[in-house]
Amino acid sequence: MIMRSAVRCLVLLALVMGAFHGPAARAEGAPLRWASDAQANVPFVFHDPAHQNELTGFEYEIAQALGRRLGRPMTFVQNDWDGLIPGLRRGLYTMVIDGIEMTPEHRDAVLFTRPYYVTAERITLRKDQEGLETLAELRGHAVGTLKDTLAERMLRHDPTVRLSSYDEETDAFTDLRNGRLDAVLLDGPIAQYYGTPHPDLKVVGAPIGRIEYGIAFAQGQEAARDEVDQALAAMIADGELHRILARWDLWTSQMADYTGDHGRIEQPPVAWTHYVDAIHPARGWRDYADRYISFLPLIAHGAVLTLAVSACAMVLAVALGLSLALVRRYGPPVVGGLATLYIEIVRGTPLLIQVLFIFYALPGVGIELSPFLAGVLSLGLNYAAYEAENYRAGLQSVPKGQLEAALALNMTQRQALVHVVIPQAFRVVVPVMTNDFISLLKDSSLVSVITLTELSQTYVRLSTTYYDYLGTGLMIGAAYLVLGLPFVRLARLAERKLGSGTHSAHR
Amino acid sequence: MIAKAYDGLEVLKGVSLAVEQGELISIIGPSGCGKSTFLRCLNFLEIPDRGSVTIKDVTIRRDGGRWRRSDEAQAHRLRAHVGMVFQSFNLFPHRTVLDNVMLAPRKVKHVPTAQAEAEARDLLEKVGLAAMAGRYPATLSGGQQQRAAIARALAMQPDVMLYDEPTSALDPEVAEEVLAVMRALDHDGMTQIVVTHDMRFARAASDRVLYMEGGTIVEQGDPDLMFADPRDTRTRRFLRSIL
Repeated sequence: MIMRSAVRCLVLLALVMGAFHGPAARAEGAPLRWASDAQANVPFVFHDPAHQNELTGFEYEIAQALGRRLGRPMTFVQNDWDGLIPGLRRGLYTMVIDGIEMTPEHRDAVLFTRPYYVTAERITLRKDQEGLETLAELRGHAVGTLKDTLAERMLRHDPTVRLSSYDEETDAFTDLRNGRLDAVLLDGPIAQYYGTPHPDLKVVGAPIGRIEYGIAFAQGQEAARDEVDQALAAMIADGELHRILARWDLWTSQMADYTGDHGRIEQPPVAWTHYVDAIHPARGWRDYADRYISFLPLIAHGAVLTLAVSACAMVLAVALGLSLALVRRYGPPVVGGLATLYIEIVRGTPLLIQVLFIFYALPGVGIELSPFLAGVLSLGLNYAAYEAENYRAGLQSVPKGQLEAALALNMTQRQALVHVVIPQAFRVVVPVMTNDFISLLKDSSLVSVITLTELSQTYVRLSTTYYDYLGTGLMIGAAYLVLGLPFVRLARLAERKLGSGTHSAHR
Repeated sequence: MIAKAYDGLEVLKGVSLAVEQGELISIIGPSGCGKSTFLRCLNFLEIPDRGSVTIKDVTIRRDGGRWRRSDEAQAHRLRAHVGMVFQSFNLFPHRTVLDNVMLAPRKVKHVPTAQAEAEARDLLEKVGLAAMAGRYPATLSGGQQQRAAIARALAMQPDVMLYDEPTSALDPEVAEEVLAVMRALDHDGMTQIVVTHDMRFARAASDRVLYMEGGTIVEQGDPDLMFADPRDTRTRRFLRSIL
């Protein structure tokens, strides 16, 4: 049952998100679903800067290689970093490959294969800085890293370090360039791919500590884990892992020690050079123009998703909100009380919590929703509470005599509401409703936490890939304005009609 | 006989009234005497606690119980026979005068639109508003609005018309337009019950006048007799205070 629902989720996800995964291996076995956070996740799994619709990264290549060995097509599932392990437990996918450190805490939460990568922490500085090449020298300085990482725990040991923990590594590097941080301590691959190519930054000092990345499975999935672990062992033994890592310029002495493979292979770091070429800072306006034009399909895609989620949610909010308002005003006291309770609960808790709750908690009681449906539902249920209050005010603005006159004309209460009261209330609430819809359009950015790549998430992805917050920010902002504009105009029109409708002649 | 209390305060203490077909009855009395409540109990806009109302073939009995869905269905049947006109007109502001008159016949009786419109225009002609059919209520004078409200009630072809202070919100000269319509209806044989403060109308147009005070009918009878020589001291005191 759960499996079937999960498959249905994925089908819907694929429909909504378009096909972002690379070419599936030509294999006969059942698809193997694996997840990662491809947002700002260089060089693990990310969208190729030169071809934004294609995934790449050394983990992506490892996943594809595993699929070929297992004879199973690999299906990629995008999820937020924070949602990766919850999604694993929910059964959204079978495994996670996303630089998950094999710490004792993680070992308690999930099952791991053997490590597929071993690395260390590295320090990144601005080019103009001196010293700060060891952990001891970071004493008393402002240092950034990612949250829940080995680097963060290392920095915690020294209370004099002013520690900033980020969700996205690009934000840490941006703050380093801006001077908000004195140094960034992060895993070797991240330091290499963000710190080295950038003209303002440098990676310094010796590798610090030891980090192992493992492929994570849900507890109880020993069989699936062992199957993948065997394939991984074979990849290490015959040198395929070595070749993949060499392509990415990520083969290190630590990897040589771990695998016992101290030989050299002739594999130029083509993936690394491709990446460095693709993200070079834009030179001249032509370069910028080409880059921004290449963003347009992605932005359009995000805009369509934002609009689809918002429009569906608004339809739900209007229908449910009106029902709530009607039962509160005209229904039996018990039902009206329940409606009031609902409104107070929904308005009294954060939307973000509601989104996460509906997507991750409801499966615990057997309700499995696709990300799109969960997004629509959480936004719609939330806005219904606000719409209900809006409609209540609208219904109250209709004098009691209107309902009485309709009843006296032998209408049923239902007819009286439909033909007399609600149309009058509607004129009052339309301007507020259009404003609510514009708010909803913006609040829909919250559904990015449940794997939907709408406009805001598109902004995160583009800006973090190119370190370009300004240009992409203006483009995304413009997209939101374009989406909201028709509704602003609608609000104006409604207000004008309202102003003239009841108080002056139409003919 | 009808009794009604709000929060233990007895507004109607057992009021009985039998109405002849074609009669025009005026109910007068001081503010708070229960005359409007009594009128509104007749079509169950107010739910009486005790008593019964019979109009044509529909009887609703109340003996203090809860108002149920089946009771509301009975009230709905009863209201098919009763038209009502309010002090504040209560026209539907989002619809034209013509639409106001057509709405209930179309939605409740499912009269075809063309037929409903023809009948509505006839009624507007009858109350002198043929030229105002396309206007919105807010653009009409008070007297015009009240006449439109009467046309709207008549469109449902009621057997009884109830008027709750139909001219209290109007200037005297405008009120006369409305009263003229009511006299014309009386002439056509309509049964009408009017709660009013207009003593001249009550005396000149009514077949019978009821004087209510303190939730009961104190005195009733022929208008000329009652106005000329009220038997009860309370009636006398009231008439003296306002005439």
